[in-house]
Amino acid sequence: MSSQAAIVAEIPRLRRYARALTGRSDTADDLVQDTLERALVKWRLWQQGRALRPWLFSIMHNLHVDGQRREGRLDFRDDDDLPVQVQRAAQDDARELRDIERALGLLPLEQREILLLVGLEELSYADVARVLKLPQGTVMSRLSRGRKRFRALLLGATIPQLRVVKK
Amino acid sequence: MNAPISEDDLHAFADGQLDSARLVQVEAWLASHPERRAEVDQWRAQTASLHQTFDRVLDEPIPTRLLPPARPARWLDGRKAAAVAWLVVGGVAGFFLRGQSAGDPAALTASNSLPRQAAVAHAVFVPEVRHPVEVGADQEAHLVAWLSKRLGAELKPPKLDDAGYRLIGGRLLPGDKRAVAQFMYEDAARKRLTLYVRPDAPKATETGFRYTSEDGIDVFYWIDGAFGYALSGNTGREDMLRLATLVHRQNEK
Repeated sequence: MSSQAAIVAEIPRLRRYARALTGRSDTADDLVQDTLERALVKWRLWQQGRALRPWLFSIMHNLHVDGQRREGRLDFRDDDDLPVQVQRAAQDDARELRDIERALGLLPLEQREILLLVGLEELSYADVARVLKLPQGTVMSRLSRGRKRFRALLLGATIPQLRVVKK
Repeated sequence: MNAPISEDDLHAFADGQLDSARLVQVEAWLASHPERRAEVDQWRAQTASLHQTFDRVLDEPIPTRLLPPARPARWLDGRKAAAVAWLVVGGVAGFFLRGQSAGDPAALTASNSLPRQAAVAHAVFVPEVRHPVEVGADQEAHLVAWLSKRLGAELKPPKLDDAGYRLIGGRLLPGDKRAVAQFMYEDAARKRLTLYVRPDAPKATETGFRYTSEDGIDVFYWIDGAFGYALSGNTGREDMLRLATLVHRQNEK
């Protein structure tokens, strides 16, 4: 396969991940376009022997985080401070799909990314750690918390929150 | 004896990331811990629901703004058109070792035909069963002396044994102006590579690696010293890049 074909072959995967990450198809394709463009500029830095796909995902991750930061949308609140919204479990399929997208959108970005890279993109934990430049232990703990929270969001249940109440 | 089953093991189980030995242990453990088993099943259901929701994107037509056009330099709105040609996209796969000489049209013209000639020579001789080479590797001293004399500079076939390819031998071919050399290599599975060496490279125009695909043959090519080199094969782009790096490194010595 030529290199042109190799890169074009990655575009559907990049689009799927970007769609799940951003929740909007136009925003997602902008992100894909920026990622391809950045890949062209940065290809000299691409390390020989590194697989193409995780490298492209890492570029996309950096661009997305930069964009969120610029727009002041990065959420630095601690995980436990985030609200878990109550949602009705859906009956029909269309509702269910929408609920999944909505629940995903309510996950903190740091958990959403990992849930998607592991679940949807089926990257190895080691690759996810490389893509996000995190220790693998951090990836695992965020995966664990993300899955708990995702489930809670889908069930519409509230996570019990412990508070110290001063009298 | 066995390490206790951790939370990480359960996730790795759900994600199919355990080796088979650990897989058996975790499976046995889960059989006696039904509440954790149910949780693992929920995680798997989550993953399935993600696929169900987003896999349709894979089948959508790719918007044209994301695709390389027939005129490659205009990919991505032409924003980087001047700097980025498809040759450079090839560079995503095969990077340049040194500064590129894209500004030198003579060098480009000269090297453009190099991969084409190399791929043609590759396609002609690789299927040969009885006469793949003129002089076999068993007469390597003779091969080196002969080709060096005819090409007018010392020329040694690089060793690729560490990468699993042994030298079969070499042959002399007619080039544009003078003779060129072709070395052939073969691995245990009888897959063959050829290294095409052309002595008429323009002086002082060293380039890094370039990559092209010529009728399905992967070709990495570069200019180094007085020679233009082109490595042709079908073993996959990444494998070819690794082999081309090996060749290049040996020539530097």
